[in-house]
Formats: sequence, structure tokens, C-alpha cells
Amino acid sequence: MGGLYELSASEIRKRVAARDLSAEEVTRAHLDRIAEVEPRVDAFLTVLGERALEKAQKLDRGLKAGAQAPALAGVPVAVKDVLDLEGLPTTCGSRILEGYRPPFTATALLRLEAQGAILVGKTNMDEFAMGSSTENSGYKKTRNPWDSSRVPGGSSGGSAAAVAAGLAPLALGSDTGGSIRQPAALCGVYGLKPTYGRVSRYGLVAFASSLDQIGPFARTVEDLALAATVLFGHDPKDATSAQAPVPDLMKELPRGAAGLRIGVPWDFLREGVTEGTLAAFRAALQALQGAGARLVDASLPHLPHAIATYYIVATAEASSNLARYDGVRYGRRERKPGLRAMYGETRDHGFGPEVKRRILLGTFVLSSGYYDAYYLRAQKVRTLIARDFEAAFGSCDVIATPTTPGPAFRIGEKADDPLQMYLADIFTVPANLAGIPGLSMPCGLVGGLPVGLQLLGRAFDEATLVRLAAAFEAATDHHRARPPL
Amino acid sequence: MPRATASTVDHVARLAHLSLTDDERLLFARQLEEVLAYAEAIQKLDTADVPPMSHAAAKDAFREDVVQEGLPRERALEAAPDAQDGLFRVPRIL
Repeated sequence: MGGLYELSASEIRKRVAARDLSAEEVTRAHLDRIAEVEPRVDAFLTVLGERALEKAQKLDRGLKAGAQAPALAGVPVAVKDVLDLEGLPTTCGSRILEGYRPPFTATALLRLEAQGAILVGKTNMDEFAMGSSTENSGYKKTRNPWDSSRVPGGSSGGSAAAVAAGLAPLALGSDTGGSIRQPAALCGVYGLKPTYGRVSRYGLVAFASSLDQIGPFARTVEDLALAATVLFGHDPKDATSAQAPVPDLMKELPRGAAGLRIGVPWDFLREGVTEGTLAAFRAALQALQGAGARLVDASLPHLPHAIATYYIVATAEASSNLARYDGVRYGRRERKPGLRAMYGETRDHGFGPEVKRRILLGTFVLSSGYYDAYYLRAQKVRTLIARDFEAAFGSCDVIATPTTPGPAFRIGEKADDPLQMYLADIFTVPANLAGIPGLSMPCGLVGGLPVGLQLLGRAFDEATLVRLAAAFEAATDHHRARPPL
Repeated sequence: MPRATASTVDHVARLAHLSLTDDERLLFARQLEEVLAYAEAIQKLDTADVPPMSHAAAKDAFREDVVQEGLPRERALEAAPDAQDGLFRVPRIL
């Protein structure tokens, strides 16, 4: 790399605030970068070129007139196409929402724009955020910037790829079972899934309401903390948004790892992690120890049941949430005589195979005769998993795992085997079930492909995750690696 | 014992308002069976005294029951595939 698109969000903000650089220059540099690299990455579904330039010029005029530079002044941000932006297409990666223009804007996006962020585009994703590779998009396949034959991860694959490729220093994603952390790991960037309730979901298209959470992608811990600070906070428009006080995450950056106890669930890690990823994980733990953290064994005995629990709970909720796509109020409609035929054909043509698979599974586990055996049972196991974490955090401050069992797989490799695709989410789904925060950070390359270190924390303790991640970043060079684009 | 046969899929697809093709019915029956067989392991756990967890929110949110302004009707209808006289229009059901 070599240009303005290499700058971090905090550098951009500093230089725009000092009027050493205009928001328009920064925006143009990123739009140029998108024009150059996007054909090889396919991260975006919509590029908001004109709108972005107008917003940047408006910000520049304000700064010139003496306005204070807000926290994200002039910082380009890519947004997963699961978040509504008034009057502009929001597809959620689905053909059933083709042409849909929402009449409102997500709170997360209002917060970003209120702080001077420039939204540069809506990014590609697995349809309705269901998937781990972005191959389930109804529109296009996003390529991993590190290797164009491989997936960027998912479901927020477009956002992760955009940040990795220098198309924006920050991006937003949503994480229901790992959809921020897993693509962050596979693209070699930072990703944060905040505590359930931390970020308002008003204007987020729902997948599984008890699990979904919005969070940022970045190339440095500082940028991740900067974005999180803007996003966090209560919103009366989202009944699940928490009243908890918002910490000053920037203060955590220089605190160091000394005194922190890191729990490692070795029993859970012995199987299914590829050799290179496990080696990178062990080296990361050593670096954290070197930075002053102490390693302890963590016991999370119910984690082997997390995937089954997750795919029952998440699909049950999805089958209910996606009932709204019926060709009546918005989105696609197949013209058929009779209401039932219209519903059925609209949904069969509008949804892709993975979405239909999950609606069927979710409807099944909720159906009469199976509810107790599957859905209710999964909700109880969810309690056991949440209790495991509560108990484990009695003797450690953070739990560390690899983010994924291995690096990015090839496009098409797992596309025909849904169960294999689901099993790869093993390390990320537990945090969503328990509602706790998780952060993925680059921890090395395996065969030239990035892998991630995942840090899990107590509910509402993102501060400790940021603190430890900053200590790791200071002790290593993994975050400096850039894809050979 | 197979849990998801093509006829299970037909039943569930009807509940979910999905008109599937024949190929989809067979494919989904096989894939659902695989996932359910995998999920079988949670049946063995002892959950007798464990309460179900429906979400991870800190607490339920209440607010005063006050009338607030909503989305204006015209705006709500803008995205509708078919609307007439301020209402969503659907195929005849009678």
C-alpha cells in the first residue's frame, strides 16, 4: 500500500481536525481505491460515492467555519447491507429485498454520521446474515483479499474484506454466531462483537433477535475502540438496548496486560483445530504472558454442545423473524392467484437455499411434537453454557481461544455441506449464546493466510478485551501484515 | 429413526409458507436429517432442573404507555408491491 487509504481512522481524524487533510481528499482517496481494487474483491453491494463526497464536503465546510472536529471526522466507514440507511437500497444480501429502500436509518449509522464518519458503501454478506463464507449472498461472491480463490468468511465478509483491502479503515458488521469475529480473523483485521444490548439494533434487519449484535471492524485496536465508543450506548428505540454506563475504551489502550488472568479452555481446543492455527494460538498466548498476563486453565464443560444449541435457537428465531417477508408490505412479490400461492412462490423464489434450510429447521424445532425435545431443550442447554462462562470468569478475566479452527477455506469447498459449515463456528457461537463480548484480532499467518485470536470477556467488560488486545498489539507485529493486493 | 423425511419437509414447508420444488424437498430432507442427527447429543444432557434461557438481556424494558408519532401511512406504503387507498393490497382470499 502507499496512500491515504492506508491511514488509520484515528490518524485521519487527527489530520482532518488539524485541517492538514480534508474529509473530501480522504473520501476521494478511498473511492479511488475502491474503483481500483473492488473488481478483485467484490466487497460492496452499493458504493455511495456521490453521497459520501457530499457529506465530506459538508463536513469540510463546517470545519472551515470553525466547528469542532467530531470523533470520526472524515473517517470512511463501510456498512454491512443489513443496516438501514433511509432512502437507499438495503438488500440484506437477499433477492427478496431487491429494490427495497427503507424509510428510516439505523441508530448505529446515525451515531456514526453524527460523529463525522463518511459512509462509503453497503457491503456484501450472506443472505440475512446466514452463513460463514458470504457465498450465500444472492448477488455476488466476495473474495478474500489475501487469496482470491478463498472466502472472506461471513456473514459480514464484505465488511471484513473492505477493511483488509484498504477500502475503508472502519466497517460495521453484525454478529449472531460469529459473523464479525470469524471474517475478521479470516481477513486479518480486528472485529468486536459487543455485549448483547451494548449497541442499539434499531434499523438492523433481524436474524435471531436473542443473539444479534452490531459491532465494528478495524485495522488497529485504537480504531476498534474509537468506533466502539461511538456505537455504544442506550437507545430508547431498541427495547433490548442496555442502560449500562459506557466505558472510556481509549483509556484502556495504554494500561498493559500485567495482572490480567487469561483462561484457556484446553479441553475444548484439543480437537478440531488445525495444526498451524494451534501453533499461532500458542505463540499468541506466549506473547500475552510476555506482556505480563497470567495463564490459567478454564473449564467450560458444555461448550461441545454449543453448535447444536445455537443452530436450534438461531433457526427457531429466524423462522419467526423471516415470516415478515411475505410479499405484502415490502420487497419482492410473485404474482400468483390466491394468497397462499403468492406467499409460497414469493418466498421460494426470493430466498436462497441456506435461508430456506434454516427456516425449515427453525419451523421444525418449534412445531408441535418437537418443541420440547429441540427448542425448549436447547434453551436449557443455553443456560448451562451461560453458567459455564459465569463460573469460569470467577477465576479469570478473559478467555482466549482461536477465533476459527483454521484459516480461510476455498470458495465452494463447504458450500454443499451445511453441517461442516456450521461446525466451523464452534469457537464463536458460545459468546452469542451467553451474551458476552468477543474480540478477534490478527495473530499471525498460516500458509500466507491470516488467523485470529479470540478474547471473550464478562458481560459489559469490553474494556478488558480492548486493554488486553492493545497489549498484544504492542508486543507483536501481526496487525501490520497486509494482503498482497 | 429418521426425523426429517420428505413428508416432514412438506409439512414444515406448509407451516412456513414455502412452495418448494421436488429437488428442494429431497435435498432439504437429507440435510435436515443430518443436522438433527448431529443435534441429538443435547438430548443426553440432564436438564431436569435447568430453567430455559430465552435471551441475554440484563432485564426487561418497560416504558410509559404514551402515544408517540409513528411512521406516516404514505411512507409505510411506499415499499409495498401493491397498495390502494392507503392500504396494502393482497390477492383475493374470498
